[in-house]
Amino acid sequence: MPPSEHELRLRERLGRLRNLPLLGGAKLSGDIERLQRQIDRIGEEATDEEIWRKVELARHDDRPYTLDYVERLFDDWFELHGDRALGDDGAMIAGLGKLDGRTVVLVGQQKGRDIHERAGRRFGMPNPEGYRKAMHAMELADRHGFPVVTLVDTPGAYPGVVAEQHGQGAAIALSQATMARLTVPIVTCVIGEGGSGGAIAIALADRVLMQENAIYSVISPEGCAAILWRDASEAKKAAAAFRPDAIHCLELGVIDEIVPEPVGGAHIDPDLAARLLGEAVREAFADLEGIPGDDLRRRRRARFRSLGVFA
Amino acid sequence: MAKIDVSVETNDQPSPPPSHPNTCPNCHSHYRDDELESSLWVCGQCGHHFPMRARARIESIADRGSFAEEATELHSEDPLQFFDLRPYTERLAEAEMKTGMADAMVIGRAAVEGRQCELAVMDFAFMGGSMGSVVGEKFSRACDSAMEAGVPLVSVTSSGGARMQEGILALMQLPKTVSAVEDLHDSGQALLCVMAHPTTGGVLASFATLGDVLLAEPNALMSFAGPRVVQEITREKLPEDFGRSEQNLRYGHIDAIVPRPELRPTLARLLRLFDAPE
Repeated sequence: MPPSEHELRLRERLGRLRNLPLLGGAKLSGDIERLQRQIDRIGEEATDEEIWRKVELARHDDRPYTLDYVERLFDDWFELHGDRALGDDGAMIAGLGKLDGRTVVLVGQQKGRDIHERAGRRFGMPNPEGYRKAMHAMELADRHGFPVVTLVDTPGAYPGVVAEQHGQGAAIALSQATMARLTVPIVTCVIGEGGSGGAIAIALADRVLMQENAIYSVISPEGCAAILWRDASEAKKAAAAFRPDAIHCLELGVIDEIVPEPVGGAHIDPDLAARLLGEAVREAFADLEGIPGDDLRRRRRARFRSLGVFA
Repeated sequence: MAKIDVSVETNDQPSPPPSHPNTCPNCHSHYRDDELESSLWVCGQCGHHFPMRARARIESIADRGSFAEEATELHSEDPLQFFDLRPYTERLAEAEMKTGMADAMVIGRAAVEGRQCELAVMDFAFMGGSMGSVVGEKFSRACDSAMEAGVPLVSVTSSGGARMQEGILALMQLPKTVSAVEDLHDSGQALLCVMAHPTTGGVLASFATLGDVLLAEPNALMSFAGPRVVQEITREKLPEDFGRSEQNLRYGHIDAIVPRPELRPTLARLLRLFDAPE
């Protein structure tokens, strides 16, 4: 297979970095190592079985969720519950915390551990109230100059009668629009399931990261199979057809970087998974440091406006 | 656990298909082609709005001869070499043959009662009006075109959502079109959105609901998740007008319901209010 355009771009970046006089020291060599790692990953295209394994890992019952990472990465965490309109949506978490002594705003979907919590959090499927909570927190961040971290982990937005009556579609659109307007840096990481509109609602970021075993897709494998194959049990085939894995997303330029997980998946060692995620988020913020807010916003929009393949 | 589907079923009409495309599914009145054309595809008996093709829509709202189409050269690619029961390229070719269009959106400059605007009009007949890279790019270019010319943008949507066959790139058309709208708004230009039956999934969850003014045709379905999905997943009993324009108006999600014959004068009035150039 000829190298993809994205791989060529990565290689070119790598070449440039190697030729620079090593003024940046450690930071620069870290960059080189990271790029090399990503190129190595691209070399190995995932097989159908591997893709399905990632779907299973992304949905693993013991996989760390947003609050597991919050606990391990942030000091002085204070959760913000209110959407200032209708309710507190347990499927969406928002709050303030310190990352390396600096206040950041975190937004992310949250699944539940036991059956009660799962029902209470609707399996991580937000209602419009959840997206409005997210918007409120991000606007607060913008007012005070706090960087924003979002963690994506949802099968999708909740498909309920009341959700529609409360404006689910518009809430997802407005949440993206809010992110397109922020003048503070935004880093997103897909940490489990990046399910469709429910995911992109909080993923219009300056840097989009994705964990090694996370998935990101326009529709769930089951949904796709039910529609195109008219049989939900063909989910494996569907997943192989649209490839929701991180390598594929990196190839298409949809994400910027793959965050490594402990061998066997994030659930094997949540502490290590959190450390690796924390490193990647810090590096991403370091890259964005010092860019004026207007430029950040302009580049963010330009990046998303460039996505798509057509003739 | 069952998963959510916010995407399109491109082969199915969202409402039960009528016995004949010219038979009203509501009151069963039957019309000749020329009768439907002269009534703007609205049932003279009960007011049911039949689906309207993009070019007919443009003809019905733009001043005669004023429409200048843009970005006609854009065609869909098959980045995933997507193959379900049939290859995506085959579905595309079939849609092109059937509709005579390159994809599900037509954009261009037009005048409405003498006021200049940019138009972005969707066509449900092309793969369920689904939004892939070409629809996203055309909408994005329509925003640029409106900004450059200093005119408002009018969008007319009819879509089942994101185009599954383009995978994650189809999802990326949501932030793409949202970013384009934000650029348009920053330039001081208005976006007027008209939602026709159906406007669902990824189109509803992106540019279609970001307009300065949101209009809908009567009885148009405007829900993020389709009724079938909501019923299957939640087992909730659906209200009769679930996701329809009337419900959306009642809950405050749109500004007005505009029957098709009144759309042209309504848009003209709004273009005057937003000071569109003559």
